[in-house]
Amino acid sequence: MQHRSEIRFLLNGRDMALSDVGADDTLLDFLRLDQRLTGSKEGCAEGDCGACTVMVGRLTPEGLRYETVNACIRFLASLDGCHVVTIEYLGGPNGRLSPVQQAMVEYHGSQCGFCTPGIVMSLYALWMAHARPTVRQVESALQGNLCRCTGYAPIIRAAQAVTDYGTASAEHLATERDSVTARLTAMRDGRRVDISKGDSRAILPADVDDLAAVLKAAPEATIVAGSTDVGLWVTKFLKRISSAVFIGQLDGLKEITVTEDAVTFGAGVTYTEAQDVIAQHYPHLVAYWDRIAGWQVRNMGTIGGNIANGSPIGDTPPVLIALGASITLRKGDARRQLPLEAFFLDYGKQDRVEGEFVESITIPRVAGGYHAAYKISKRREEDISSVAVGMQVTVEAGVITAARLAFGGMAGVPARAAAAEAALLGQSWSEASLLAAAEKLPEDFQPLSDMRATADYRMKVAQNLFRRFWLEQSGADARLERA
Amino acid sequence: MKQTVAIRGAAHTDHIHDSAFKHVMGAAEYCDDIAEPVGTLHAYFGTAKVAHAKIVSMDLSAVRAAPGVVGVLTAEDVPGVNDVSPTGRHDEPLFATEKVEFWGQVLFAVVAESRDIARRAVELAEIDYAPLDHVIEADEAIARGYPHVTDPMTLQRGDVAVGQASAAHRIQGQMRIGGQDHMYLEGHIAFAMPGEDDDVIVHSSTQHPSEAQHMVAHVLGVPSNAVVVNVRRMGGGFGGKESQMNQFAAVAAMAAKRWNRAVKIRPDRDQDMESTGKRHDFVVDYDVAFDGEGRIAAVDNVFAARCGWTSDLSGPVTDRALFHADNAYFYPHVKLQSRPMKTNTVSNTAFRGFGGPQGVVAAERMIEEIAYSLGKDPLEVRKANFYGTTDRNVTPYHQTVEDNVMPRLVEELEQNSDYRARRQAVLDHNAKGGIIRKGISLTPVKFGISFTATWYNQAGALVHIYNDGSIMLNHGGTEMGQGLNIKIAQVVAEAFQVDVDRIKITKTTTEKVPNTSATAASSGTDLNGMAALNACEQIKERLIRWACDHFEVEALLIHFAPNEVHVGDEVFPFGEFIKQAYMSRVQLWAAGFYKTPKIHWDREKGQGRPFYYYAYGAAVAEVSVDILTGEYTVDRVDVLHDVGKSLNPVLDKGQVEGAFVQGMGWLTTEELWWDQKGQLKTHAPSTYKIPLAGDIPREFNVNLADWSENRELTIKRSKAVGEPPFMLPICVFEALGMAVASVADYAECPRLDAPATPERVLMAVERMRG
Repeated sequence: MQHRSEIRFLLNGRDMALSDVGADDTLLDFLRLDQRLTGSKEGCAEGDCGACTVMVGRLTPEGLRYETVNACIRFLASLDGCHVVTIEYLGGPNGRLSPVQQAMVEYHGSQCGFCTPGIVMSLYALWMAHARPTVRQVESALQGNLCRCTGYAPIIRAAQAVTDYGTASAEHLATERDSVTARLTAMRDGRRVDISKGDSRAILPADVDDLAAVLKAAPEATIVAGSTDVGLWVTKFLKRISSAVFIGQLDGLKEITVTEDAVTFGAGVTYTEAQDVIAQHYPHLVAYWDRIAGWQVRNMGTIGGNIANGSPIGDTPPVLIALGASITLRKGDARRQLPLEAFFLDYGKQDRVEGEFVESITIPRVAGGYHAAYKISKRREEDISSVAVGMQVTVEAGVITAARLAFGGMAGVPARAAAAEAALLGQSWSEASLLAAAEKLPEDFQPLSDMRATADYRMKVAQNLFRRFWLEQSGADARLERA
Repeated sequence: MKQTVAIRGAAHTDHIHDSAFKHVMGAAEYCDDIAEPVGTLHAYFGTAKVAHAKIVSMDLSAVRAAPGVVGVLTAEDVPGVNDVSPTGRHDEPLFATEKVEFWGQVLFAVVAESRDIARRAVELAEIDYAPLDHVIEADEAIARGYPHVTDPMTLQRGDVAVGQASAAHRIQGQMRIGGQDHMYLEGHIAFAMPGEDDDVIVHSSTQHPSEAQHMVAHVLGVPSNAVVVNVRRMGGGFGGKESQMNQFAAVAAMAAKRWNRAVKIRPDRDQDMESTGKRHDFVVDYDVAFDGEGRIAAVDNVFAARCGWTSDLSGPVTDRALFHADNAYFYPHVKLQSRPMKTNTVSNTAFRGFGGPQGVVAAERMIEEIAYSLGKDPLEVRKANFYGTTDRNVTPYHQTVEDNVMPRLVEELEQNSDYRARRQAVLDHNAKGGIIRKGISLTPVKFGISFTATWYNQAGALVHIYNDGSIMLNHGGTEMGQGLNIKIAQVVAEAFQVDVDRIKITKTTTEKVPNTSATAASSGTDLNGMAALNACEQIKERLIRWACDHFEVEALLIHFAPNEVHVGDEVFPFGEFIKQAYMSRVQLWAAGFYKTPKIHWDREKGQGRPFYYYAYGAAVAEVSVDILTGEYTVDRVDVLHDVGKSLNPVLDKGQVEGAFVQGMGWLTTEELWWDQKGQLKTHAPSTYKIPLAGDIPREFNVNLADWSENRELTIKRSKAVGEPPFMLPICVFEALGMAVASVADYAECPRLDAPATPERVLMAVERMRG
């Protein structure tokens, strides 16, 4: 089949077909500079402040689904087949405000107003899912939106009152669902997209097999999934990512398979898409999952990307290593599987050859034992961890028979604490055993000091978490939770 | 009987922000949203990647040769003076010449066809440095004999030695107080359009258009009358756009004149944070003597500040730290000294509170010290030291506190927040041991209102009534989100008794009101509101004089009623009345002016009345701390704050809530961190953590002291609100300290440094456990 050399999407109410698109072009620059839709703002260009928040609707097997994303680090090419909704589209004709906007006005939710369009978009997406959100739901929806003026209190009040001003089902985003679905469906032709601007080239494979073929032919290409990290290579480090192969749109990488023994996530499953299955099968990860980045980034970022980029401070590797996860790498038609911890060879170096890609992550089902996941960060939410910890301890007849303790932020790679694990084996399941294991941690790690934490704090807090683990498992009221 | 109808938007009523609808629709225009003329060029700064060095050579040939680059600007290209020092000390070169004094200093600017091209071209510069030793910390600067960037100040009253000799107790200590990045959501930006002759128009996100105007003229070597600076609104300022926009405005204007094209300059967030100033970090050495009741006898403190490489506003900032080193407390004998230290860091600048918060935090640290050492509730120590209303009421700068409402305010807050019972419950909780400890604290704030640079306390306004009865309001203040424009419009609406919708608030422009002061020091409404009122009164006086003649009635019978004017028995709709006045050739516009009365200040002597009045407030915080990790939550906060007779209570409440959370960020998670090379590594929201929605107090009760009325004749008896509430969250900081102190049975002051990150909290717990 012939490749397509344009991307097609809906921008608010308009059909767009663009052929002059490079790999590095961001959605935000397209909106602001090309389209003069200046409601979306650039606050940080790294997906942390949310001033550029827009909604992206895409067709999923369950139907049209809208999600908030950061336009600053979202690449334009990745929007093929999507509906991009900006602040300019929320109101009705004649300047009528949507209920979210009306509530924000009535509750004095804006001061300088610069963050406001992004906040309105996040609250809108929240309201589509929850007519009367709880305070906790509002806070969670706003994890990726900074406001420096209001102190958020009036925004939270507004968010809880939106339904006083209208119902989501009457909004045009709801009433137009069928027509938007039809328009997006009509854009689909099952073809590979291969477009460029100048010497910058973007490829959207038609399916996973096509991806394998593309990478085999162009092994040096940059693989872009959610672009929550690659986006910054462009906006912050001014790197050129051409040729870039976009995989976020591949349904074949979004499959979640649950068997008796394990759960397998396609590498393109986002944090948000994984959330329900994680909650069901790994309940100890629920609170942890909610602290991965902000909502927009969870809607974009993928588990596969979090692993593949090899960062020592990614949130998912420590907790997945503790669960005994493995990954499947694919090159052409050849696949190999390896334990997740074996993938991380050294700082900046992973066990992945050119042309190979992470296809899926398999996590064994939890059967008994004790589990915990901890994230320590300067700010509780939307922060990068100083220390991230996954713990899994198996106990038979009161004796520890297996232990997997994995740490992020303690070394150049996410890694298991071999000495601490060894110290646990054969010991009784007790506080003393855990504290003795904690004493061994300096044999496993010599953490660094940086802007997130000193080496001393990293070590101290990592050791203290052994005690926390015991206290929690023994039912003590030992954990600080925001009620 | 005639029904009384009130106007919409009267003074002292809740009213939405004038831009609220545009904000929520994304239709409010910020500088970067202005439509660009064809041929607009984009500038970008090339900055130093070393903290302190001699510049051996700067090879920009590859930059110039890059496709799409139009040109490069360096010190040699400056037509006027290569200096953007806001105080006229001429110590701040726009472009570095021989020496680099901090990592991020501007060396040159690239001007190109697009911002992307300019940004990438900057990277092609080849600069050879001969590195020198650098200093980041203020105390290190003192130790290394670094100079002051500006003259230090001493405030003195009584005799410290006498006070110390009389007191039973004395504590000396040191406290480190971190700085703070403004993290306004809209970064710096300037957009210049060339005009004929010397003229240039600059749109800038600035709190101080007149200074931007004068600085652009200074750099271009043209008179100020050639330069117009416009500000529609800012996406936040907080002090960060009082002087720091100078370099952007100057370069945009320079490039616009050089190439005769519109030029925009907008740094990336990282460059914005690396190359523009922040709140000053302080190291405070304190020495407090007190009696067995906790009553202070003498205070002898030294305030060393990290000022950065130039003076910028560090003089008045460090002065204000001393002005607020008493907070709400009477010091019988006192000596306060400032040490504005030069360091190899970005030049620190204004930030909400302007040095005051650092002074107040140090005052509260001494209270904590006294309370822990005597085993008392810190609130008792606070009360024992509050300024009196008739005696014990003279400040270290010899101003008498005349408007003290603190005792009443604190009493009400203590009752309404159920402080006593909750403190006992916290003590009981902690007595059980366990991993989650609690803390509670009630702290007061007294904050002096007026620019300490006395000449800044002046303002102008321009009010037009057009002959259709519509009103245009322009004043010298700038809107950065604080609601200044709507509050002043309410003053005008009240004056003419018209609905506020009749009033159009225009952008701030140096063409309409000249020689304006920065919108800073919480003074925007006080100064510009009075100037606008003065303009309205001039117009009203003319209208009344005309109506007396025209309708042959006594002035007493002319009355501005809601949206109409009563002249004797006749009633005219406002628009009709205005039309008639116009037809009779009445001047329907006026320029208003105001200067704050009563104030004077002699810095050499350290005596005078720098402040017209004081604003007061107090807050109680209750927190939970995890002593295994140092993480914490703020469970409840109660605030009672004094804004006098509020012009717009709901907006003032918004200022209090917002200031509280911003101040909480300063004292908790917002940490500036430099690496060993002297590079700021927390230079974007990914690494610099301001509060999120999930960080604010779980229960957050904010009330205004609705009984309060300014005893001075301020605009409608209101009080300034921008800065004072920023210091309320010191209660959060001290509540965290209490939770920490619980691990050692409160036997000693936990001496937390700020910000109290989870790391500092855990390390303090470890230290307290010994």
